Parts: sequence; structure tokens; C-alpha cells
Amino acid sequence: MIELQDVTKVYNEGRQNAFAAIRGVGITVGNDLTAVFKGPSGSGKTTLLTLIGCLARPTSGRVTLNGETISGLPEKFLTEIRRKTFGFVFQRFNLIRGLSARENVMLPAYPLGLDHAALTRRADELLDHLGLGSKGGLSVEHLSGGEAQRVAIARALVNDPEYVIADEPTANLDTKLTAQFLDIVRTLRAEGKTVIMTSHDPRIWQADIVDRVITLEDGLLTADERGAHAA
Amino acid sequence: MIFHPPILAILLASTLSLVTLVWASGFAARLVRKWDVASGHAGQIALEKRTYLVSTALVFVLALEAVSLILFTENAERMSVLFVGAMCAIGTLNVNAYGFPALILKVALFFGAAVWLIVNHADGLGRDYPLTRFKYGLLIALSPLVVAVAAVQFAYFYNLRADVITSCCSRVFVPNAGGLEADLSSLDPAFALGLLFGGLGVIAVLALAALRWRAGRLAYAAVSLVYFAAGISAVISVVSPYIYEQFHHHCPFCILKPEYGYIGYWLYLPLFVGTSAGLGLGALSLKRTPASLQEALPPFRRRLILTSLAGFGLFGAVALTAILRSNLIMFG
Amino acid sequence: MIRQVARQRYLIDFTLASMMRRKVKNVVLFGVYFLIVFVLASVMLFGSAIRREAALLLANAPEVTVQKLVMGRHDMISGEHLEALSAIRGVRRAEGRLWGYLFDRGNGANYTMMVPPASDTTHAVGPGEAIVGSGIDRVKTIGRNEYLFLIAPSGRFFKFTVKERLPEGSGLVAADLVLISEADYRALFDLPDGVYTDLALSIRNEKEVATILGKAAKAVPNSRFVTRSSIARTYESIFTWREGVLLALLGAAILSFAILAFDKASGLSAEERREIGILKAVGWETSDVLTSKFWEGALISLGAFLIGLIAAYAHVFFFQAGLLEPVLKGWAVLYPDFRLTPHIDPLQVTTLAFFTIVPYTAATIIPIWRAAITDPDTVMR
Ligand SMILES: Nc1ncnc2c1ncn2[C@@H]1O[C@H](COP(=O)(O)OP(=O)(O)OP(=O)(O)O)[C@@H](O)[C@H]1O
Ligand SMILES: [Mg+2]
Repeated sequence: MIELQDVTKVYNEGRQNAFAAIRGVGITVGNDLTAVFKGPSGSGKTTLLTLIGCLARPTSGRVTLNGETISGLPEKFLTEIRRKTFGFVFQRFNLIRGLSARENVMLPAYPLGLDHAALTRRADELLDHLGLGSKGGLSVEHLSGGEAQRVAIARALVNDPEYVIADEPTANLDTKLTAQFLDIVRTLRAEGKTVIMTSHDPRIWQADIVDRVITLEDGLLTADERGAHAA
Repeated sequence: MIFHPPILAILLASTLSLVTLVWASGFAARLVRKWDVASGHAGQIALEKRTYLVSTALVFVLALEAVSLILFTENAERMSVLFVGAMCAIGTLNVNAYGFPALILKVALFFGAAVWLIVNHADGLGRDYPLTRFKYGLLIALSPLVVAVAAVQFAYFYNLRADVITSCCSRVFVPNAGGLEADLSSLDPAFALGLLFGGLGVIAVLALAALRWRAGRLAYAAVSLVYFAAGISAVISVVSPYIYEQFHHHCPFCILKPEYGYIGYWLYLPLFVGTSAGLGLGALSLKRTPASLQEALPPFRRRLILTSLAGFGLFGAVALTAILRSNLIMFG
Repeated sequence: MIRQVARQRYLIDFTLASMMRRKVKNVVLFGVYFLIVFVLASVMLFGSAIRREAALLLANAPEVTVQKLVMGRHDMISGEHLEALSAIRGVRRAEGRLWGYLFDRGNGANYTMMVPPASDTTHAVGPGEAIVGSGIDRVKTIGRNEYLFLIAPSGRFFKFTVKERLPEGSGLVAADLVLISEADYRALFDLPDGVYTDLALSIRNEKEVATILGKAAKAVPNSRFVTRSSIARTYESIFTWREGVLLALLGAAILSFAILAFDKASGLSAEERREIGILKAVGWETSDVLTSKFWEGALISLGAFLIGLIAAYAHVFFFQAGLLEPVLKGWAVLYPDFRLTPHIDPLQVTTLAFFTIVPYTAATIIPIWRAAITDPDTVMR
């Protein structure tokens, strides 16, 4: 369970162009829920995700994970926690070109120094699970958009995180692939993972697997509703 | 003689160390005032990012200083042919008054950098980087040393004149020549051996105390330093004559030569490792163990103690082997 | 511990793959690095090899050599001065020396012919005997019957029994050396009795050299006196000076190399920057990126250093430093044929590493750090 208390995030702090993207947000997420953030462009959805997922430290306020304060931790420890707690899926997939799909999936585990054979097996299992069993050795620039996203999802899952965080996961996908993505989320949800997404896409917030829809405007929470699943 | 390539290399190293440490102390001064690990403000995050640069740069400086120390003695050894009266490093170091001070300062700087990196590592074990202020204070304390090394070393090389007649190990390390070196050589061999091997016993006992009490650790650190000096004295007074198989040849440098199988490195390297670990342990015990290190520090301290013991033990073992293998009979 | 090793292996793997993806950039850097090491190592190896040879040579040289000058040129000197010279107080011994070069038309080699001094009992040779240096065997098959045939400048044939071969010690002193007896030497070169190439004085106390020279100059007019220390100084200054000039030029080269390295390291492509951002976002820490970049630097540095060093070694000792000759050839005036003995000195290698690896590392630390601290959330934009 992640709890944000009165969290703010100021970009370019102390400079002329300082900008408060999140202005005092308090929210609790987790507990096997699928949550979606929506709101106009520039409202701070992505910024809030980086704070929830420990990709960035809040300028002020407190973030706790299962009751333990993690907002004051230096990068080294924050990364340690992030690596085992969160998996990320980015809008632009962000795979590393020139590496194979399998290597991309293994990448987050490199600093852990796990056994190579075991790690390779884990990556292949994940790819297999997502229907990419035959593509493991393929360099990622040869993959289609949907395949690339599934590689990105496999990468997010390689360290077996409790939370999967996805920023605009379907912005680059057509209807069929969006449905496929929602199926994957359904499986993850069934496996007990918490999925937290941002989206502009009504197909996402209206999907039957969504438990909670949160609206952001101007860096503030303006609504927190139950999703189609909960309803 | 400044344009002698190894000298240029040594000066390059000391200039780089100097620039790095002066810059780092400037940063340290800022950090000590502003550091607040729990803050998420831009200033703190920038400071934290910069600490990575400082750590990396200090690893670089330590490596530079370690190699530069070897280069310094090897070069002194090699340049001895250029000075009338010099037969090994001693003669070259004695060409002017700065030689030995430069060497001693360099050794001190090496230990300083090693201790800093040990504290740095320990700091990284605690979730709130509890030793950061202390560590950067230490860094500021180190900067006069690096300035001194650069200055004395430069003075030494700048004043190297080939026309100086110098005195070398055959004259300096002679019991009745007067001066510290002579005192070291005239150290009673039996006493020196006692110091060498008895010291190991004291260290082993203190290691046990160091595992339990902070005072024990501080004592261990102090004794490491003393043992370092004792070890070098013992090398001068007894071990080296055994290695050379000459009763009157007391030289701590000639043993580094290939003729003697580089045995000097086998002696000094463990001794330096043992001392560095011991001193690092001491630095970590100057303050009470911070709350966030209660769990992570004791195993690290144990590792330091073991490393230090292993270093000193190896030093003693190499010395013993050298003595046993020698054909020289000093006692009996 | 095992984890740490495995982590390093993963990071190295990743680094190698990442370097392969940027071949052009890395090849350019590697090439320049290699060149710098190669030139620098060549100069240092060559300079020290020559100094070593010279030191060996000088160790055996007499304190003072007396040469006769005719119209400013070196000529044979008469042995009748020996008595007067040895009478000077402080001169331990005065000896006439016979040495010169014999060009062998058969294989184009130049031999150093020499009569061992009477004081050198270990190399005494009788008439018809010869002691040869290690190089002679290479150019002239002496064979199992141990005969050495030489053609005198006059065209006459001489046959010598090879009594001994000198060990490979110093190429300069021994390789092309042929020691024969005085009688044979005079016959070979058609020399009258009583003349010598030069006279060698050995002196009891080096500090008295100046006084002795004053007296000797009166005893032997029309002559030139070469002292060992003046030769040594000449050597030192020729080599050190030339090497110094070269090193200064190289200093400039090293500096520009460091700037290039800095530039390459800081001028990260957008692609690379994005990659680092991705790594940070998916769970790498600043120190992981630093380590990976450190491996990149180490691979380039050590690779270029080793290959450059080996190439320079081959260049200096197998190809006689062909590329450096025009610059460093001062010594050739003193010794026309000069084969360098392969020799490598750890001190020198360390020094060389200092001049190359250290500037490279120093120049790249800051750009690498800058890249490594990329914020993980940049990839979300
Ligand atoms: N690195 C940055 N520096 C300065 N301002 C930034 C930075 N990142 C984001 N911002 C600003 O913060 C605000 C919130 O950005 P954020 O990306 O969180 O919005 P968003 O809700 O995700 O928008 P979108 O729907 O377009 O993705 C925006 O106004 C943006 O311009
Ligand atoms: Mg966004």
C-alpha cells in the first residue's frame, strides 16, 4: 500500500521557470486494485505516477510504502525498493534498440547479479506467457507495436513486482491491441498485482477491470470514483 | 630533472589529486552546511548527485596515489645511478631535505584516502547516509595533506641536482651514524623481532576486543599505526639483513628490487592493507554507531578487522619466511 | 561476493553490447588512443634502450681517451706517448687501443673489429683466433667447424678459429663485435707497428681528471681528450633533450586526446542519453551506470594501451624504430650500426600508463558522471 501525504512536486525549483506540477496531494493506492488517473493534458498525471512509483522524490510531503516512509531515502535505497516493488510500462515502450527482446526483459535484473541461467529462463517464461515465445532472440527494432509493448510488460514483470505502473499504455495502440492490453491487465489483476495507469482513453477508464478512477486537474485531485468493475 | 618522464608522471598525479581534493573540499564545505538527507528539495538532490562524483573522483585519487607511491620509490631506485654516492632509493631520497618528508607525506595521504573510502563505504550502508557530514569533514581535513604532498614533492624534484654527493643505505643505516635511520638500524635485533612477532600477538588480542567494544576498536586502530611503524623498523633492523644475507645492510628499499624477488612488495603491500583497514576501523569508531547502521555496520567492521588481521598476518608470515630461508645467522 | 561478481559480469556484457552498437565512435577513439600510446611508447622504449646500451658501454670505457687530430680529423696515434702518459701522477695505466670497422661486402654487414686490451684477461685471444659477438652468427654462418672468414680491405683472405661466442647481453657492445689478436689486426688492416686507434688512460681518482688532462695535453700535442663523463653527459643531453622535445610535443597530443575523450564522453547522442534514462527508470542506480561506463573506459584504455605497447615494442626492437629515426638519430653519429636489445621496464610501462590512462580517465570522469545522474523520470516525457 502506497500512501502519499500532502505531496508536492516543483519542477525547476529555485529558478525563474519553477512550476508546481503537483500541489499538495494526499492519496492511498494499492490493495489489489486497478486504478486509473485521468485528467487534461498537463494536469500532472505522469508526475504523480513518478511519485507513486518512486521514480522521483517529492519536493515536500511524505510517501510511505506499507507504512514505511520512503520519501526521504537517498537514490540508492529508493532504487532498491523501486526495483523490487514496481514495474513500469511507458507510453513509448522505451526498449533498448540493438538488444534482443530477451535481453531487454532481463535488463532490470542486471544490477541484482542473479544467476544467468535462471534469469534467462524467467525472461523466456514471461515472454512465452505473453505470446512472444518465439521472439525472444529477435532484436527489438524488428517487433511490431503490440509486440514491443508486450516485451515492455514482460520487462516490467521480471523482478516480480507488486505494482505495475503504466503511463498512457494504449496511446499508441489500435482498438484490437487495446483490448489485448486490457486482457493482460486482467490476468495481472487476477494474479494479485496492483495496476496503476494514467489514460486519456475512455476505453480504459470504462473497462470492466478498473476499480477506481481518479481525476486530476492542475496538480490537484478533483474526483475519486469507483470504476466499472467496482460498480 | 623535472623533465624525467616518471617524475612528470608523479607530478601529474599529484596535480590531479590536488585539484580534485581542493575542489572536493570546496564542495564538502557547502555540503556540511546544507546536507539534509530527508529533503526532496532541488538543492539536496543536486548535492546528493554530486556525492557520486566525489566518491568516484576519490577512488581515482586513491588509485593514483597508490601507483604514484610505487612509482616514487621505484623511480628513486632507478635514479640512484645519477647521483654520486647513491646506490638505491635512499641515496636519491637523501639528495635534498625534501625526499623523505615527501615519502612520508605520500604514505600519509595514501592512508587518508583509504580511510576516507572505507568511511564512504560504511556511509552507503545506512539508509540515511548517517556518516555523510563526518565523511566530508574528513575530506576537508585531508586537503591540507594533499597540498603538502604536492608542495614537498615538487620541492624535492625541483631541487634534485645531479652534482650533489649524497649518502646511501650503506652509510645512512649504519648503527653509529647518528639520526633516526641509525637508531632504527641499531635497534637490537632481538627486540625488533619481539616487536614484529609480539606485536602480532597484541594485535590478535586487540582484534577480539575490537569485535566487542568501541574502545577496543579505537585501540586497535592506534596499534595498527604503531605496528606499521614497528613493522618498518623491524624490516630495517632485522628482516632486511636476513634478506640480503649481510649483517650490516639495513635498507628498506633494496628489498623491492628484482634481485630479491620483489619480496619487499610482499612485505609492504599486506602491511599497508592491514594498516589501512585498521585505521578505517578506527575512523568508523570515532563516533557512536548511528541508529541506521546498527545492523549493517557490525558485519562490515568484522570484515575490516579480518582484512586487517590477514594483512598483518601475511606481513609477519613473509618476514618469517624470509628469515627462515636466509643463510645469515644473527643469533646463536 | 558472488552476486557482486555476477553483477559486474552483467554490466560488462551490457557495456560490450552497447559499445558494439556505437562502433564508429569507439573505433575512432580507440584508434587515436592507440596512436598516442604507440608513439609515446616508441619514444620511451627507444630512449631507454639507447641509454641502457650507452650505460653498458660506458661502464667499460676508460676514464680518458686520447685521440690524435690531423687537420681536425681523427687519425692513428703513435704508441710512443704511452710512456709519458703513464708517468703522469694519478694515471694508473695507459694503453693503446686498436679498434675499427670492417665492412663485409658479402652480406653488407659492418663488424666492429677490436683487439682486447691486455688488461682484459678473460677475453685474451691468440693469433688466428677470434671471439665473436652474437650478431655475427646471424649474418655469417660460422657453422660447426667454427671458422670465421674475413676479407681484408686489401682483398686478402683471413681465416680465424672461433674461440668463443659472446653472450647476448647488450646488442651495442657485443652483437657485431669481433675480437682478434693485435698481430692479426695489424695484418688485416695493413697497420704499421706502434700506432693505435687511440690511447686509453685509466685513472685512479675521478676527481683528478682535470689536472691530469692539463699535464697530458702538454705531453701529447695535437690531440683531443675525451673523458668518460663528457661522453656520458653528451649521451644524456642528446637523448634527454630530444626525448624532452618529443615528449613536449606529445604532451600537446595527449592534451588534445584528453579533449577528444572529454568531447566523446560528454557529447552523448540523444540515443545514448535515452538509453541511460531507460536503464535508470527500469531499476538501475547511478552507480550501476557509472560502473558500466567505467568498464567501457577500461576496455578502451587497456585495449588501446596493450596493443599500442606491443606495437611500439615491435617497432623499436624488430624494426629499429624506423619511424622515429629522423628525430632521434643523434646517436648514430657516434655508433653507425646500432641494434637495440629488447628490454622492457615495469617502471617505464607504469609511467606510460600514467601519461595515457590517467589523462583519459580524468577527462572522462565528469562527462560520465553527468550521464549517469540522468533522472529516471526523463523517459516518461
Ligand atoms: N521536467 C520538467 N520541467 C518543467 N516542467 C515540467 C517537467 N515535467 C513536466 N513539467 C510540467 O508539469 C506539468 C505536468 O506534467 P505531466 O507530464 O505530469 O502532465 P500529464 O498530466 O501527464 O500530461 P499529459 O496528459 O499531456 O501526459 C506540465 O505542465 C508540464 O509542462
Ligand atoms: Mg503524461
